[in-house]
Amino acid sequence: MVGKKLLGRENALDMIDKLIRWSPGDLTEVVLRSDFTALTRFAKNYIHQNVAESDYRVTVRVIFGKKIGSATTNSLDDDSLKEAVEDAAAIAKLQPPNEEFEGLPEPEPLPDVNCFVPETDSFSAKDRAAAVKEVVEVAKERGFEASGAFSTRSAELAVGNSRGVRAYNASTYAALSTVMAGGDGTGYAEASGRDVREIRPGEVARVARDKCAMAQNPVSVPPGEYEVVLEPLAVADLLDYLGRAGFSALAVREGRSFLAGKLGQKLFDEKFTMWDDGLDPRGFPIPFDLEGVPKRKVMLVENGVAKGLVYDYATAKREGKKSTGHGGFRGWGPVPANLFMGEGTATLEEMIRSTKRGILVTRFHYTNMAHPLKVLITGMTRDGTFLIEDGRITKAVKNFRFTESALRVFSTLDMIGREAVRVERTVVPAVRVPAFNFTGVTEF
Amino acid sequence: MKELTRKALDVVKELGASYGDIRIVETRTQTIRTRNGNVDALSSTRSKGFGVRVLYDGAWGFSSSSTLTEDEVVRVAKEAVEIARASATVKRDKDVVLSPVKPVVSKWASAVKTDPFSVKTEDKIALLLEADRLMAGCKEVKVRIGSMACQREDKIFASTEGSYIEQTKIETGAGIEATAADRGELQRRSYPTSFGGNWATAGYEIVEQMRLLDHAERVSREAVELLSAKQCPSGVMDVIIESSQLALQIHESCGHPIELDRVLGQEASYAGTSFLTPEKLGTFQYGSEEVTITADATLPRGLGSFGFDDEGVPAQRVTIVDKGIFKNYLTSRETAHELGQVSNGAMRADGWNRIPIIRMTNISLEPGDWTLDEMIKDTKEGILVATNKSWSIDDKRLNFQFGTEIAWEIKDGSLGAMLKNPTYTGITYEFWRSCDAVAGKDEWELWGLPNCGKGEPGQLAHVGHGASPARFRRVKVGVGKW
Repeated sequence: MVGKKLLGRENALDMIDKLIRWSPGDLTEVVLRSDFTALTRFAKNYIHQNVAESDYRVTVRVIFGKKIGSATTNSLDDDSLKEAVEDAAAIAKLQPPNEEFEGLPEPEPLPDVNCFVPETDSFSAKDRAAAVKEVVEVAKERGFEASGAFSTRSAELAVGNSRGVRAYNASTYAALSTVMAGGDGTGYAEASGRDVREIRPGEVARVARDKCAMAQNPVSVPPGEYEVVLEPLAVADLLDYLGRAGFSALAVREGRSFLAGKLGQKLFDEKFTMWDDGLDPRGFPIPFDLEGVPKRKVMLVENGVAKGLVYDYATAKREGKKSTGHGGFRGWGPVPANLFMGEGTATLEEMIRSTKRGILVTRFHYTNMAHPLKVLITGMTRDGTFLIEDGRITKAVKNFRFTESALRVFSTLDMIGREAVRVERTVVPAVRVPAFNFTGVTEF
Repeated sequence: MKELTRKALDVVKELGASYGDIRIVETRTQTIRTRNGNVDALSSTRSKGFGVRVLYDGAWGFSSSSTLTEDEVVRVAKEAVEIARASATVKRDKDVVLSPVKPVVSKWASAVKTDPFSVKTEDKIALLLEADRLMAGCKEVKVRIGSMACQREDKIFASTEGSYIEQTKIETGAGIEATAADRGELQRRSYPTSFGGNWATAGYEIVEQMRLLDHAERVSREAVELLSAKQCPSGVMDVIIESSQLALQIHESCGHPIELDRVLGQEASYAGTSFLTPEKLGTFQYGSEEVTITADATLPRGLGSFGFDDEGVPAQRVTIVDKGIFKNYLTSRETAHELGQVSNGAMRADGWNRIPIIRMTNISLEPGDWTLDEMIKDTKEGILVATNKSWSIDDKRLNFQFGTEIAWEIKDGSLGAMLKNPTYTGITYEFWRSCDAVAGKDEWELWGLPNCGKGEPGQLAHVGHGASPARFRRVKVGVGKW
C-alpha cells in the first residue's frame, strides 16, 4: 500500500506518555489505534469497488475521583491531542461520580505474540486484483458469476494509563470471501488469517463453485423439525451468540445471562467444550485487551459443564478476581471475542451418513437474537442448503428460516467434526444435531 | 479547503482519470449514556478526513486519509488512480458510465431550532439521570439505560465536472430503556423506540418533545409486567403494527430491496440481492391499494434528509410504490444509467473514509384514512404489536421475521391482555398485499434509524421512515417454540 504510516512502538508509546503528562486528571487512560485498510470488491465477475483508508484514532479518558470524561480525535497534531485532553477533562467535571468505577488496571507482563506479517502489510491493489482474477477464472469455467471481497488490513493498538500500563501491538489481517451464483443456486466460501499467504484464492473459489454446482434445482421442503448437519460457518454463528449471551461476568451478575446461578452445572452435552483464547494462533491472536490487560485463556464449558466467565477490570475487581483480558467495551461489559470449540471424531461424511432425513446447512444469514435468556436465534440458511435422505445428500432445497435455541443445539448435538476451522475470530468444527427447528421457507 | 479540492481534482485529471470527486468531511459527536444511576459514557468525538474517488479506464478507485495536508491529498489522489488501474485489470465487458447531473455550486444546512451542542451537558445528564431515577422503582428492573447523542457533520463535495457543494447537517437522538429479569424470564421496554431511541435531523427540540420523564415509569412498569405476561399465541391472525415497528418493517422489506445496486448484484456477496428485479418495475403488485410508499430526502427532520447526495445530485421525493404498484428504485448515477434513467440522488457515504453507495433516504408509508381505534374496533381476533426487539430477512428480502417488545390481544374489537415475546413472519409481497387499513396523518410519525448497515468495508447510514399504524390480515404469529 502506498504511503502507509504505521507509527511504530516508540512513537505510539511516546504519544501516550505525552497525553498522560498533559492530563490534569487523577487517572488517565489512552487508547491509540491506527488503521490502514484496503478492500477490493467484486460482483458478477468484475471489480466494482476498490478502496483504501488511512486513519488514526486516539481516545483519552480523564478521570477525577470517579468522574470520567472521554474524548476521541483522529488528528495526531499536538493542538488536536491537547484539545482532546481538555475536552475529556471538561466533560469529566460536569458529571456526578460514577459509583461503579473501579479504577484502572496496573501493568502486568504481556505475552509476546506476533500478529504482524510483512507480506500482508505490503499486499497491493495489484495483488488483490490478481487474486480476484483467479477467483473469477474459476467461476467462468462453469459459467458462474463470482462476487466477493478481498481485504487486507494493517493496524496498531496501543494502550497506556497513568498507573503505568504501556501496551503496543501491530497486526495484520487478510480475508477473502466469495459467493458464486449460477443457474438457480449459489455457493459460498471464505478464508482469513493474519498471513495473506495462507489465503489460496483458487481453493476458496473451488469450494464456492462446487457448492454452487451442487445447489442447482432446489426443491421446496416443508418447514419443521429436522436432523441437521451444520458446517463450521453455521456453527460459528450460533456459538458466537452463545458466548455473547451467556459468558460475560457482568451479564451473569445482572441476571441477563442464562448462566446466572448455574455456573458449575452441566448445561450442555458432555461432548461439548468451548473456551476463549486470545493468544491461540489458530484464531486471531492479540496479546492484550482495550484496557491493556493480558489475554488469558478461559475455559467456558468443559465436557458440558459451565466452567468460567470472562472479566474486564471492573467486573473482576468487584468480585475479587483478576481480569481475564476481555475489557474495554465499557457499558457492554466483558465479551468473549476469541471462541474455540473442541473437536470431536467425526468426518462430515460420517455425519451425513448418520442422518436418516435431515438438512445440511452451509451457513446462516441475517441471524438475530429473539430471546437472550433462551438464546433463541432466528435467521435464514444461505448459499448451499441440502436435503439428506438415508445417509446421503439427495437434492438442494430452498432456503429455510430457523427459530431455534443455541442452548438446545449445544446440549443435544450428537456428533462433532474432527477438524476445527477458523471462521473469522471463532474456531469451530461441524456438528450434527438430531432435531432443529426450521420455522419457514423462502422462494429460492 | 477549495485549494485542497482543486489540487486533488487536478492530480486525477493529469493522471488520466475520466471522472474524479473529493469529499472533505468533519464530524463532531457528543454521546451520553447513563446506566443504573451512573453516567456510563460521556464522550466527545472528532473525526476529519477526505476521500478521493476516480474513474480510470472505465473502472473505480478510491482512497482516503485523515491527514489533511496538500502532500497527503496528492498522495491519496495518486493512490486512487493506482487502485482504479488495478480495478481495470478485472473489468466488466463495458466501462462504467455515469448518468448526467448538472454541476452545482451551492450551500445547504439543516434546520435547527436549538443547537444541541449549545445545550449544557449538565442539563442533558440531569434529564437522563432523572429518567433513570423514575425507572428505578421496580426491583425486577436490572438494567436502566438512558442515551442521548448529537452530531454535526460539515461536508464539502467537489467534482471534476464542476460541482462544489458545502453542507452542514445536525442530528440529535435520545431514548430510554429498562430491562427486567426474574425467575428465568427477561424482558425489555424502551421509549420512544428501541436501540438508542429516536433520531432526527434536528436540534435539541426533538429531545424536549420526547418528554422522556413522562414515559420513564411506564417503561419500567411494562418491562416488569411483561415478565409474567401471557406468551404470544401461535397461529394465523390479523396484526396491527404500531408506527415505530412498521418503520423497521418498511426498512427491511421495502427500503433495502429497492436499492438498485443490490438489484444489479453489487451487494450479492454480503447482504444479498433483491426480489424486485427490473422486469417488475412499473407492473409488480408489491402491496394492496392501501400501500403507497415514498422516498423523500427533502422531508423536514428526516434523518435521511440532505441537500445533495454524495454525487452532487439534489435531494428528491420519489414515489416507490403507488397504490400497491412498484414504481421506482433508489438509484445512483452509475446504476440509473443501466436502466436508461438519471440518478434520483440516493448515494451516501458513511464519512470521509467510505465510498458512497445507494442508501435509503426517508422511506415512508403514506398515511391512509383510518384511526388506530377504528382498526382495533374493526378486528375480531388479532394482536397489536409495538417496538422492535429483533429482525431478520433473507438475502432477497422475501422471508422476514420480526420480534417486538410487547403486544396486546385484540378480541371482538377490544384490546385485551398484554403478551410477551411476540413474533410475526411472512413473505414481503404477500404481507404488504394483506394490508387493508392504514391510519391517517394525525397518527403518522417520523422515525430515524442511525444504524443501517451495508457494504464492505461496513458502513452505517442514518435513514428515516414515516408510518402510521396499519393492519395486516392473516399473518403468521408466535413463531418457534417458547
